[in-house]
Amino acid sequence: MWKQPAPANSSFNDYNTFPLPQTQRGQSSHAHGPVGHTQQPLVTGTSVLGLKFDKGVMIAADNLASYGSLARFRDIQRLHPLGKHTLLGVAGDMSDFQWLKKELDALLREEDALALSDSHPSLSPKNIYELLSNLFYARRSKMNPVWNAVLVGGWDKVKEESFLAYVDLLGTTYTAPTLATGFGAHLAQPLLREAFEAKAGINGDGPLLTQEEAEKVLDDSMKVLFYRDARSINKYQIATITAEGVSISDSKSSDTYWKFAEGLRGYGAQTQ
Amino acid sequence: MTSIGTGYDLSVSTYSPDGRLFQVEYAHKAVEAAGVAIGLRCKDGVILGVERLLHSKLLVKGANRRIASLDEHIGLASAGLLADGKHLARRGREEASSFRENYNSPVTVQILSDRISAYLQAYTCYGSVRPFGLSSIVGGVDKTGPKLFCIEPSGVYYGYRAVAVGKGKALAKTELEKIVNKNLESGTEGGLTVREAIDEVARIIYLVHDDNKDKDFELEMTWICEESGNKHALVPEDLLKSAEEKAKAALEEGMEED
Repeated sequence: MWKQPAPANSSFNDYNTFPLPQTQRGQSSHAHGPVGHTQQPLVTGTSVLGLKFDKGVMIAADNLASYGSLARFRDIQRLHPLGKHTLLGVAGDMSDFQWLKKELDALLREEDALALSDSHPSLSPKNIYELLSNLFYARRSKMNPVWNAVLVGGWDKVKEESFLAYVDLLGTTYTAPTLATGFGAHLAQPLLREAFEAKAGINGDGPLLTQEEAEKVLDDSMKVLFYRDARSINKYQIATITAEGVSISDSKSSDTYWKFAEGLRGYGAQTQ
Repeated sequence: MTSIGTGYDLSVSTYSPDGRLFQVEYAHKAVEAAGVAIGLRCKDGVILGVERLLHSKLLVKGANRRIASLDEHIGLASAGLLADGKHLARRGREEASSFRENYNSPVTVQILSDRISAYLQAYTCYGSVRPFGLSSIVGGVDKTGPKLFCIEPSGVYYGYRAVAVGKGKALAKTELEKIVNKNLESGTEGGLTVREAIDEVARIIYLVHDDNKDKDFELEMTWICEESGNKHALVPEDLLKSAEEKAKAALEEGMEED
């Protein structure tokens, strides 16, 4: 889903096996070298799924950070809570994600410190989402994008309703009761929508899924993603955000079925 | 005051012939006019308490706090000029967040106090500025345990088991000494728990306030301990209420004895 890291001197990259970026030589630069902009992601996370249910919102992401096609880091949490009622699910470049965490945590820490003296309300999910949207759009306009696609999930304490929205490296924003980034937008979004609309109807005005139902749909969708997305692993977490706050599950795996693979020809060790 | 009229008290960039900086000493006077602020280091955390004098009955309850958060785990209680206190707290927050930015770990109370004190000291070196009219108590819990420091207008700072600044600090300090000595004698240094300390700090502030026969005040208390998740937070309403009631009762009792 994320652009393959490719060496500068190759016009094609059939096997996606060259994750190392090449420095471009012979280009003019200032004394401190050329201004560095993120031009490709290196270590990446794949799909994030988001789904509203009757008591809040759930966000799921697997634990893999890939280095090109290599499953490099297999124990990475891509769900990050911000305060009591907001959570980010992040796909794309993991170093940009780490930078984002650091910046937002610092901002929230300052907000908390100020709140002790003047008791102003804490940042709502919507506040954090607008801030991210502005940041991502400003950075892509400087030709230096924050290379991520982010789902912001949360609980709005004032309106007493759940919040779910999307923003990506181009500054694109939208919101829906079911959301997915990357491959998930192709593979999982239809499944999420189908389950959501089966109960809530096409306008979403019927009853929403229960917590158990929502978790089941996400489990199924993560399984499909593991089967069909080559940048995923079978180890993922689901975050649940309700009026009570954020809770992030331990990592879990889907039961998978591979018996059919024995009959396949053209892969593996068979000679005939 | 002997310094007046000698000409050595106008600028902080000139010593008096006997080696004093009168502007710094005047800054201490500004501190002595303020309501008392107390810090108490316990075995499981730190308590900060302030007697916030109310100059008007029209003020919103809980407004104009004198205790500020510098970081998640560090609080600053100041006595003196309110606006100076706000400025210093802001500076402290910047120092704490820049430390995190540089080292990716929370600042210790000792290092933050050191940096704040360096900032205060710089205001005792130039003729173009006045020293801060503040004594500040910095308290927090870090990887080295519960810590408490007090920074004077001159920029000196010391670590304390317990400290009081502002109006009536002498009385407050003798009360604090009784508590600390009791713990030292029983061989449990810093043996007080934060929960016990809440009542003690409230009692002392009420006692000092009564002694000064001052206008109305609001008791302001924060803590950093396990119960607050090792974060600097307001002491919960119910604990504060009960501490205030006990403090008032102790005062009544004291009067009957007199």
